[in-house]
Amino acid sequence: MELALKNIGELIVAALPQTVTATDISFGELNVSVKAGDIVRVLTYLRDDANCQFKILVDVCGVDHPERDQRFDVVYNLLSMTHNLRIRVKVRTGENEPVPTVSDIFSSAGWWEREAWDLYGIYFSGHHDLRRIMTDYGFEGHPLRKDFPLTGYVELRYDDQKKRVVYEPVKLAQDFRSFDFVSPWEGVQSRLPGDEKATQDDDDKAEGKGT
Amino acid sequence: MAETQIKNMNLNFGPQHPSAHGVLRLVLEMDGEVIERADPHIGLLHRGTEKLIEHKSYAQAVPYFDRLDYVAPQNQEHAFVLAVEKLLALEVPPRGQYIRVLYAEIGRSLNHIFTLCAFAMDIGAMTPMLWGFEDRERLMEFCERASGARMHMNYFRVGGVARDLPDGLIDDIAAWCETFPQMIDDMETLLTDNRIFKQRTVDIGIITPEQAMDWGFTGPNLRAAGVAWDLRKAQPYDAYDKVDFDVPIGKRGDCYDRYLVRIYELRESVKIMQQCLKQMPAGPAKSRDHKVTPPSRGDMKHSMESLIHHFKLFTEGFHVPAGETYTAVEAPKGEFGVYLVSDGSNMPYRCKIRAPGFAHLQALDFLSRGHMLADIVANIGSLDIVFGEIDR
Repeated sequence: MELALKNIGELIVAALPQTVTATDISFGELNVSVKAGDIVRVLTYLRDDANCQFKILVDVCGVDHPERDQRFDVVYNLLSMTHNLRIRVKVRTGENEPVPTVSDIFSSAGWWEREAWDLYGIYFSGHHDLRRIMTDYGFEGHPLRKDFPLTGYVELRYDDQKKRVVYEPVKLAQDFRSFDFVSPWEGVQSRLPGDEKATQDDDDKAEGKGT
Repeated sequence: MAETQIKNMNLNFGPQHPSAHGVLRLVLEMDGEVIERADPHIGLLHRGTEKLIEHKSYAQAVPYFDRLDYVAPQNQEHAFVLAVEKLLALEVPPRGQYIRVLYAEIGRSLNHIFTLCAFAMDIGAMTPMLWGFEDRERLMEFCERASGARMHMNYFRVGGVARDLPDGLIDDIAAWCETFPQMIDDMETLLTDNRIFKQRTVDIGIITPEQAMDWGFTGPNLRAAGVAWDLRKAQPYDAYDKVDFDVPIGKRGDCYDRYLVRIYELRESVKIMQQCLKQMPAGPAKSRDHKVTPPSRGDMKHSMESLIHHFKLFTEGFHVPAGETYTAVEAPKGEFGVYLVSDGSNMPYRCKIRAPGFAHLQALDFLSRGHMLADIVANIGSLDIVFGEIDR
């Protein structure tokens, strides 16, 4: 299994030399990082090459790392039934950088890309129908970003006078309680994910305090 | 007479339609009674599960998985605990593995009974629903006896299961396994050769193996299209490599084949459950690594170490090494995957839930084009759609 993954990894690097930026095998799973512009070429190769045959695009999703310049990862999980292997292809992108859509080579990508657009605001260029999918009609913001609060910004209720459902800013009768059970002496960073105001100095100070 | 232009009609189907299996809103473009385009609007049951999981410790995330596909909660829990165990490199004792396989198969039976009966009811057969729910209720009793909850079990834990099976349960499940195939036979007499049922399902919503792979089909829907692929066989997890069962596949990929595949899977599920009951070894049902699983109540009264472990586990939870994994199980609806990213803390950094129904519903437009309005109900029913997992 591990050997087969290693071979596939080397094969991809050999076949697409300019596009692959990194490959590694961790927890028995193969990760391949490629440049965003080449994703269509890479996935077409993985689908059609006789040694790969990754015919099923199992999943496409975003991951948010707000501390990075290009804050988003787009992760494509593929499955090859012929060889009984899985592969994960990753692409880095920023807030205003589009990723080419793969919905033309895998029909199943259509909705997953819509979901990544809805929840993270990752734009897929060339997508034929990039509407929101999970959130409400007319929703604003991208809720799965790390800087989007868990409680959201608006809540809704049925207004008996207006005879319709109305949106209102969130009012919490009790503050949202986020318990931090991590022991203070274990030296964790004090910076919260998504906190852009925190600078590197704060981190250094926090580390100094821990030691 | 002058030629008249007939405009296509837009029809709003759902979200409160009884055949929409929950809260599906379909916007249909109709040419008379023929569907030109189907646009499913989903998200009416979106609860932000993935966001909530990012703010909870690993143990607290398990109950959320019950509430995804609420028809077969056990299988979802299974995927999540396997993903966490992979990152922790944790071994589960054999008894725990067998109990999990047993309950995963109970989940599969729960799901298939429900789906087949609801499918039959969608296209006009009332009786299977009434018969099927009797056995479904028995299965839920088994869930209640093991975990205390009929539906949302919250029974699987990282490292095993919450507690061992109570006395006598194994015998009762074995007795049920003896009688249940008779119920499948009875249900088949109602449906399999039923003229009306066949008229409504044969050659409706045909999908070829290539198209099914292109649309990301998995599970029974893929097998009905003729692809012999089952994660329990191909990438076995827990004790699935120690039990013997067959994987039924279809030939035509229509609604009728999807029905038949599920009927046969029910019979195979019973076989797996019987083998689990027979082979189940004695021993602990969860890992003895008390950095991850809580110590017993008795130990806590005597051992300071156990008390500390208990306190730490139920406040801070356990830390999972940084890394990422995509772990999938063969849930009754198809491949249910969890893409888990850990940053080394006590909460998941990202937990993407790959729901099989999401891909299946996406193909509804493709499956239904050119069919009549009544056939879309057959398509939805045969695809096995549950909105808890699609909307998440």
